[in-house]
Amino acid sequence: MLFTQNKPTEEVLESLGAESKIFLLACNGCAEVCETGGEKALSTIKAELEKAGKNLTGTALVDFLCNKVLVATRLAREMDKIEQADSILALTCGIGVQVVSKVVNKVVHPAANTVSLGGLQGLWPADERCQACGDCALDYTGGICPITFCAKSLLNGPCGGAQDGKCEVDSEKDCGWQLIYERLEKIGRLENLKKFHKARDHSKMLPSKDLRETSFYDIEK
Amino acid sequence: MKLTERFKEGKFVITCEVGPPKGIEVEKVIDELEPLRSKIDAFNVTDLQSSVLRLGSLATCRLLKEKDFEPICQLTCRDRNRLGLQSDVLSAAVLGIENLLCLTGDHPQLGDHPEAMPVFDLDSVQLLSAVKGLMNGKDMAGNDLEGRPPQFALGATVNPGAEPLEPQIIKMEKKIEAGAEFFQTQAVYEVDKFANFCEKVKHLKVPVMAGIVFLKSPGMAKFMNANVAGVYVPDSIIDELTGAGKEKRVEKSLEISARLIKELKGSCQGIHIMALGWERHVAAVLEMAGL
Repeated sequence: MLFTQNKPTEEVLESLGAESKIFLLACNGCAEVCETGGEKALSTIKAELEKAGKNLTGTALVDFLCNKVLVATRLAREMDKIEQADSILALTCGIGVQVVSKVVNKVVHPAANTVSLGGLQGLWPADERCQACGDCALDYTGGICPITFCAKSLLNGPCGGAQDGKCEVDSEKDCGWQLIYERLEKIGRLENLKKFHKARDHSKMLPSKDLRETSFYDIEK
Repeated sequence: MKLTERFKEGKFVITCEVGPPKGIEVEKVIDELEPLRSKIDAFNVTDLQSSVLRLGSLATCRLLKEKDFEPICQLTCRDRNRLGLQSDVLSAAVLGIENLLCLTGDHPQLGDHPEAMPVFDLDSVQLLSAVKGLMNGKDMAGNDLEGRPPQFALGATVNPGAEPLEPQIIKMEKKIEAGAEFFQTQAVYEVDKFANFCEKVKHLKVPVMAGIVFLKSPGMAKFMNANVAGVYVPDSIIDELTGAGKEKRVEKSLEISARLIKELKGSCQGIHIMALGWERHVAAVLEMAGL
């Protein structure tokens, strides 16, 4: 499973910016165990959003946001509420954000960071990848992870090496930043490319002592 | 001498690339530049171009400086983390280097040590920002530097032939905001496309230098078309070169480059020559181009 921790409320509100109509989507899988998803987190965050003056067009709780077929089926009946929203706030791990971004044409904001368990990876059905960097910025890149998709893990891409939309390292691999550009254009958020991303905090890859004491890290604890 | 001063003087700036050797016998490389002394404003020294192991840019720049050539030190993000990069920037200042060109860098898999760890702790935009910070007396962690800060003219790259072009222009704007003061481009062979690009970025008011690469053979042109991002040699030029036959090939190649320079120079503020071993022909090309 993937381990998540809530982003501070201020950070979530900052990423929502002036968006006022939000569709709230929570995962009932790993995130429920981590208390970043599930029914409880859904109500807590719903209250926080409403307190901040946001208008919820709808809410949904899905068993596993990492399963694209499940997500597409489940969200089909919420599409008009999603359409009315400025964006989606997703209570899930980095995989969930990536999957939802593939299913809808809206910005998907992560409410949580996926946190490193020191090399333990979860299990999910498809080709999304999450390095558990602890600083999820998937909403800025249209739901495509630059750390796992870009061969150089650039945060301010693209580099000058892509040819015909393919990565300089492998001409059969798409350039992650090309995909990000296309996705941002599709959802009307091209201005995100102008944001300066500061250098990554690599110290987050080493799990903290507190985390190492938990059963998330070591199931026998 | 900071390159930015030349641009401010209104000069059409000419730079030339120097590739350090795979070894320590660098004297030959520097001696070959002697005939270019009065014609070239500054010499770019590449940082393990194409991820092939070579002598370092920092050392080579210092040696150029000792021979009174003006160096531009290229720094890529491929091999060093933010500590290593910031330290090298300070080292560059102490060695009398006044011009830096900050790049992301080619991936190690393109070179002769494909198993090496790709570092990329910073990207080109973050590196520019870090150098700007050092110039303002602070390191990336916000600590004050002791004593006076380093000063440089900061350059960056842009790919005017990229498709789509929009992300390149957005990134160029980011680089300027982060501190880039001049830009060098990849090799240009399509004059209209380049002029169109320069028009699109005119409002950014930064000097752009067109990349000039001598076409040593039709084979080289085809190789670049297949393998070098953003470089496209049109068929008309390849045919022209092929038509000259082997004996007249060098002459035709230089003629093509001189013509390109003449056609491009109205759109930009300088040219950046990558001679790739043909340094001895640079003076002739410049003369043919009326520079």
